Amino acid sequence: MVKELERAGLPVVHVCTVTPISLTVVANTIVPAIAIPHPLGNPALDKTEEKALRRKLVMKALSALQTEVDGQKVFED
Amino acid sequence: MAKIKVVHYINQFFAGIGGEEKADIAAELHKGEVIGPGMAFNTGFGEEAEIIATIVCGDSYFNENIDAVKAEILGWVRELAPDLFIAGPAFNAGRYGVACGTIAAAVKEELGIKSITGMYVENPGADMYKDKVYILETKDSAAGMRAAVKKMTAFALKYAKDEKIGASCEDGYMNQGVRVNFFEKERGSKRAVDMLIAKLAGKPFTTEYPMPDFDRVEPNPAVKDMAHATIALVTSGGIVPKGNPDHIESSSASKFGEYSIEGVTDLDESTFETAHGGYDPVYANLDADRVLPVDVLRDLEKEGVIGKLHEKYYATVGNGTAVASAKKYGAEIGKRLVADGVDAVILTST
Repeated sequence: MVKELERAGLPVVHVCTVTPISLTVVANTIVPAIAIPHPLGNPALDKTEEKALRRKLVMKALSALQTEVDGQKVFED
Repeated sequence: MAKIKVVHYINQFFAGIGGEEKADIAAELHKGEVIGPGMAFNTGFGEEAEIIATIVCGDSYFNENIDAVKAEILGWVRELAPDLFIAGPAFNAGRYGVACGTIAAAVKEELGIKSITGMYVENPGADMYKDKVYILETKDSAAGMRAAVKKMTAFALKYAKDEKIGASCEDGYMNQGVRVNFFEKERGSKRAVDMLIAKLAGKPFTTEYPMPDFDRVEPNPAVKDMAHATIALVTSGGIVPKGNPDHIESSSASKFGEYSIEGVTDLDESTFETAHGGYDPVYANLDADRVLPVDVLRDLEKEGVIGKLHEKYYATVGNGTAVASAKKYGAEIGKRLVADGVDAVILTST
């Protein structure tokens, strides 16, 4: 799906936990997530901390969208 | 002759420990135990080989801790020193396929021990590892267990006994991109003309030189003005309005859904849930923002970091879903987003 969205002309960032799969399907812009059942959350944290964590990941995704990418790039910390 | 010693790797499901709620269990070594599909392998091996240990690991645990789990399991296998390592079969289970491919390839490459696995051709683990280790092609579900075990058993014995392995199409493993010189029965000109005649007659023929399939899409230019951009959310994590109005299937989804989040500032357990059957749904059902971060994007919209969060989001279930289907959904979603003037997309996957 990520490739088809890119093909449609939309800049797209793939936020996912298992980045090797994303690399294999040839997504271009990739942001690693927290865990498979909760990519943008962590139930071990309290609500406020969890939202702050999610905000950090979303900000990283937005900044990836604002970065010119040549080929594939995983935006690590 | 001494029996061929085999170590077998399986996930929590095939070990009978549990489903998605147990996918986070750490790796376990069961010495002297034959578990789940291992029993069928052992029967198939007859007097020639036997499983001396079974290694079990939760699929999520493996994929979230790849390097550490790999090192731990390699340590056990080195100690056990088997003649052959078998992982799976994983059929079309994505995380299981990646786990099987990763560990089977590592055992072969790092320990120099013969190693095989089995899975469905569209399993993401297949493309990742088919050129590194023998991957026997199986059906897409465990209904194909009997055939998969039969095929893997035959191949395993042949391989372990150092018998000659034939071409991928003869011995049922996935093409590794290795070319071997041999003499054809008929000369090239005749084969080419035969192929041409078959093609003209609309009959099937097999090319001798398949073109590689490079499906790459160039990245689009970056978003220049985020403060005025409309951002859309798309997910393969199956987040749907409570009650799953479109009945998106928990695996092998036959459709995607388009849902309004107009006026929604937070996804909670009374309004949204996941339809995905391939991960433990507890966390997403309690708070779907953990998969589809609507709450944070609403905040960022209010603060002017982004121009706007698109009022519709798109969701499907990426669980054993055929690549062709995902491609179709992606293309259709892309068309709709472009028509709606969306500037960029965040796609989340579980």
